[in-house]
Amino acid sequence: MLDYITSYLKSNTTPGQAGNQFWAFVYIILIFLGLSVAVIAMNWLERKILAHMQVRLGPMRVGPHGLLQPIADAIKLLIKEDIMPAEADKVVFWTAPVMVVITAFTVFIVVPFGPTHAVTDMNIGVLFMLGVSSLGVLAIVMAGWASNSHYPLIGALRSSAQMVSYEIAMGLAVVAAILMTSLHGIGLYGVGSGTGTGTLSMIEIVKAQQEQHAWFIFKFFPLGLIAFFIFAVAMVAETNRAPFDLPEAESELTAGFHTEYSGFRWSLFFLAEYSAMIAVSAIAVTLWLGGWLRPFPNWLTGETWDLVFSLFPGVTFLLLAVIAFVGTMRMPKHPYFRVQTLGLGGFGAVLGLIGLVLLMPPVRDRIQDIYWFSFKVAAFMYLYIWYRGTFPRYRFDQLMKVGWKVLLPMGIGVLILTAVVGVLL
Amino acid sequence: MTDGSTSTTSHLELEEHDKTFLDSNELIINMGPQHPATHGVLRVILKLDGEKVLGTECVIGYLHRGVEKIAENRTYAMFNPYVDRMDYVAAVSNGLGYCEAVEKLLDVKAPPRANYIRVILTELNRLASHMLWLGTHALDIGAITPLFYTFRDREEILKIFEKYCGARLTTHAFRIGGCLYETYEGFEQDVKKFLVFVAPKIDEYEELLTTNRIWVERTKGVGKISGKDCIALGVTGPVLRASGVHWDVRKAQPYAAYSDFDFEIPVGQNGDTYDRYLVRMAEMRQSLRIIRQAVEKIPEGPIMAKVPKVIKPPVGEIYHSIEAPKGELGYFIVSDGSTQPYRVRVRPPSFVNLQALDVMVRGQLVADVIAVIGTLDIVLGEVDR
Repeated sequence: MLDYITSYLKSNTTPGQAGNQFWAFVYIILIFLGLSVAVIAMNWLERKILAHMQVRLGPMRVGPHGLLQPIADAIKLLIKEDIMPAEADKVVFWTAPVMVVITAFTVFIVVPFGPTHAVTDMNIGVLFMLGVSSLGVLAIVMAGWASNSHYPLIGALRSSAQMVSYEIAMGLAVVAAILMTSLHGIGLYGVGSGTGTGTLSMIEIVKAQQEQHAWFIFKFFPLGLIAFFIFAVAMVAETNRAPFDLPEAESELTAGFHTEYSGFRWSLFFLAEYSAMIAVSAIAVTLWLGGWLRPFPNWLTGETWDLVFSLFPGVTFLLLAVIAFVGTMRMPKHPYFRVQTLGLGGFGAVLGLIGLVLLMPPVRDRIQDIYWFSFKVAAFMYLYIWYRGTFPRYRFDQLMKVGWKVLLPMGIGVLILTAVVGVLL
Repeated sequence: MTDGSTSTTSHLELEEHDKTFLDSNELIINMGPQHPATHGVLRVILKLDGEKVLGTECVIGYLHRGVEKIAENRTYAMFNPYVDRMDYVAAVSNGLGYCEAVEKLLDVKAPPRANYIRVILTELNRLASHMLWLGTHALDIGAITPLFYTFRDREEILKIFEKYCGARLTTHAFRIGGCLYETYEGFEQDVKKFLVFVAPKIDEYEELLTTNRIWVERTKGVGKISGKDCIALGVTGPVLRASGVHWDVRKAQPYAAYSDFDFEIPVGQNGDTYDRYLVRMAEMRQSLRIIRQAVEKIPEGPIMAKVPKVIKPPVGEIYHSIEAPKGELGYFIVSDGSTQPYRVRVRPPSFVNLQALDVMVRGQLVADVIAVIGTLDIVLGEVDR
């Protein structure tokens, strides 16, 4: 038994490939928990960051600096009365949120947090991710239809039209990136050198970037950049976020497809929305930003730089701990705030402890990949919040125009050019 | 698909040539009265073909308080605070219009100092009203940040009001015959400080929106209305001016002390939502200009004209209108010689401007209805009275 468990640790593959069900299960649990924590953290961060962009404070009441607000919200949502409209199609109404969550979480099976840190690696990884995540559209249409109400129906129709349109541009950009994986050395696709075959596997895509010494965003400049740009725009539309948040355009359709949902079922939609955001960001990071690879692998090479970059995870947490401690010092000295002050101090201590653990050599070597991957995804999350704070909302026809008349031709152009450049070089 | 509520009115019935080849049942949806983008309790019945608007119908009256009827049972002075509750966003303007109308009826003239105070406060109020409009309009179109910026800066105006008369929103700042309160110590400094504070803020709003691609796409060519249509429908205010009609009561029939100041009337060309946005932004700057001149030239002297203790205007009728932030605000008062008006009829700009909604949104998309309601800058308290 113990051998079975440790055998995976020695292998250089993912649990899925190694056929190790125990570790696969552990990874699933870890990803599920990590994702839930990420969504909770994202909830708090979004409200805080957006608030500070908008000259207000955001949540400040529940816990120090509102740190416990997401938990309070979660409890509120769970104990809320479960309302189902009388005219709703019960079965479909019930299935939709479940389905949307299942699709949102399933895609994480192939997300590579590191060369071995994934549940499994499929040879069709990207295809799997795009395919499963677009099943979410079905769930949204189901939700809108089952509600048997006008606003959700319009929201669902908008949503499905939008997601389907943007998936095409997205797909073209992805194909351009996949083409790049095969361009190894001089020669035609898969013809030149021995390893020059392309791949759809998420892990192999990152490895291809490592071997080619270039993240695909910089490859065939500016082709990689354009493809990345197309994906970056399409993924915002795909996840129905501002400025493409028409399906849930609050000022027009109250809440879009989930108008009739409340309580726990609503929170499932919320959870799915945020994990979908993380999922598409993960695709973008994997395809263009070098996945788990650390930044500046070409310029800052050598033992010293490796060491410096391996210290980053620990230092980040220590920095967060310092911020928490500074916050503790600045808390009002009134006795009413003693619990909050202690709580913030304790939170800082926990963060500091994590930071110290991450600084230990054996841990930091293993955690680095996950850190850089999460760091890049977090940068995308910040972008999402930034967009929301800055942009007005597109109108439906304009949204379609951007999708079909701007991004799609761009995507086709990039695809063709990438192919041509690949053949010529 | 459910049938939804059916409209009882005929003009929403489809013309034959409007029917699509599918001849599908058009969707009739109710927007409001509880809808985040209708600025209160406006109910718009929309007839939709997909997302295209085939017709609209406004149902109003959810906020009707019978203000005009109340006037018949109050003395002239007692009715004064009620007018603040109509357009609660621009209460000072409402009060100014009413006070001046009664003064005209009484043949009393407010002293110059009172007029200057009135102008300063009214223009500050115009700024506050436009700021609220900008914030909510941008929010409707999906930009959430300007709302907080404008509310932050509007707060400074409300602080000045609060210091002047104790109230922030429904100020009841003016009395028939002048002002009740002398300016407080440091009023001028406060206003000057505010002018310096707010000028860069207006640039900040413009930076966020004016050249923002999405904003321009959402507003340009949306809710177009020609100057002729505006005049035919009685539309006034920034909506009229954005359609290229050079009409501002402050210039056309100067009241209070407006003839003393040097300012321009911003005029648009296309009559679309973007032009209305630009006109209002320019108007905010002009308001700053007026306030600056007024604060510098404010004369000394009494602030109250000689008005009898019991206001008993002679038999007659009067119509007086001012340029409220939303358009021409008129008061028609009939006096039967008693202490109470025989009839007060208010011409609220929001109510009249709302008529243009159908003309502006027909054939456009649902999202444009929201944009147009925002750009009309209606306040339901004034529409329903």
